[in-house]
Amino acid sequence: MPKVSMTVNGQPVSANVDPRTLLVQFLRENLSLTGTHVGCDTSQCGCCVVHVNGEALKSCTALAISLEGAQVTTIEGLAQDGKLHPMQEAFRENHGLQCGFCTPGMIMTAVDMVRRSGGDLDEKTIRHELEGNICRCTGYHNIVKAIAAGAAAMAPAAE
Amino acid sequence: MYAFTYHRPDTARKAVNTATKAEDVKFLAGGMTLLPTMKQRLAAPAGLIDLSRCDDMRGIELKGRNVVIGAMTRHFDVANSELVREKIPALAELAGMIGDPAVRHRGTIGGSVANNDPAADYPSAVLALGATIITNKRKIAADDYFKGLFETALEEGELITKISFPIPAKAAYEKFRNPASRYAIVGVFVAKKGRDVRVAVTGAGSNGVFRAAKFEAALTANFRPKGLDGLTFSADGLNTDMHADAEYRAHLITVMTRRAVQKAISR
Ligand SMILES: Cc1cc2nc3c(=O)[nH]c(=O)nc-3n(C[C@H](O)[C@H](O)[C@H](O)COP(=O)(O)OP(=O)(O)OC[C@H]3O[C@@H](n4cnc5c(N)ncnc54)[C@H](O)[C@@H]3O)c2cc1C
Ligand code: FES
Ligand code: FES
Repeated sequence: MPKVSMTVNGQPVSANVDPRTLLVQFLRENLSLTGTHVGCDTSQCGCCVVHVNGEALKSCTALAISLEGAQVTTIEGLAQDGKLHPMQEAFRENHGLQCGFCTPGMIMTAVDMVRRSGGDLDEKTIRHELEGNICRCTGYHNIVKAIAAGAAAMAPAAE
Repeated sequence: MYAFTYHRPDTARKAVNTATKAEDVKFLAGGMTLLPTMKQRLAAPAGLIDLSRCDDMRGIELKGRNVVIGAMTRHFDVANSELVREKIPALAELAGMIGDPAVRHRGTIGGSVANNDPAADYPSAVLALGATIITNKRKIAADDYFKGLFETALEEGELITKISFPIPAKAAYEKFRNPASRYAIVGVFVAKKGRDVRVAVTGAGSNGVFRAAKFEAALTANFRPKGLDGLTFSADGLNTDMHADAEYRAHLITVMTRRAVQKAISR
């Protein structure tokens, strides 16, 4: 089996993998990083969103081996020194989750959104940007609120 | 997903060499279509040739009166390209309407045009702008390229390296999207270059993307929504599925064309 090496949440990792191993399987099964979820496995729901080289992608639709050398950030990599990331904190504050299954993907997508569009996000932009993330519980209302608040809280940190 | 061997060449030429040598291989671009298809076992290639390291297949440049886009250029990069936004804003807008942000970070123009999904967006732009598909061995005019559902003029192992888009005088794309998949139920790309008007329709035809000749003639005479007054589109040969029936799609073609023309003339 070919070897793949990448950096996940700042840690160098490598493993021999079957080429068909998806990034999400690699994260969950090889690295035991089970915060990244699989909702649909067909690229629709966004539960599996992680950042690769700083950009959001659906880890159920990428081969681990393809990402040789990549910098990967998962939901586990957001909190720093035991302190929640501002976007995580905003989801908590605004009750932006119910069962929590979609939440890791929602938060990773939200952080990517702020990186691209800045901290001042209106509701229309947020809803539009959430096209690839599905939530079965909340009706999105509090997710949208949480993202707006999280974006504003992230703004001073973003350059 | 069945097992496969994995190849990762770093140039287009090496990719083609590998394809010629190995049996039953497929190119892997963004994987946004191919990987789900393999998971469903609708495709089971013996090998994948990953194009992600072929840097010579990426990038956007101005060549004379054409915008030339490398096959591995992602939807995200086309949507945000200063050059495309200035020269063919309709094309940048179209790329920004594909799927969702995560899909746009991976999916490529070459993958979309090679796949020729009957509801995909890019084929309408390629056809309406009269683009040229450049492969490792030849240049294919858009009018000769699309051959039906998921069918193209590409031969076994033939690699799209670039797509060259002539810059139009005016163009616009209007898409009536399926709210769940984001694919087009009907998408219409309208382009005017000199006196020539081309109208390409995606999402509607039971044989994939096509040109709407009757609308082209009317718009050549009068390139305004009014130019289409009194014209309707026949439902013959249009798709009926759970999302929309042929009559509804026929009606949408008229509405989307009018909107696209309005948008094109108001830029
Ligand atoms: C959730 C979701 C929503 C989407 N919504 C839309 C949408 O709204 N509109 C839309 O148009 N598309 C949509 N797509 C499809 C998306 O645009 C894909 O990116 C595209 O269809 C395929 O591009 P790819 O780079 O991922 O190709 P891949 O999936 O890697 O490849 C597709 C096919 O093309 C072949 N191929 C790839 N590159 C080349 C090349 N250079 N030369 C020859 N053959 C090649 C492959 O062998 C394969 O058969 C969506 C996809 C998803 C998952
Ligand atoms: S599990 Fe990846 S998009 Fe649903
Ligand atoms: S909180 Fe349950 S799926 Fe979103």
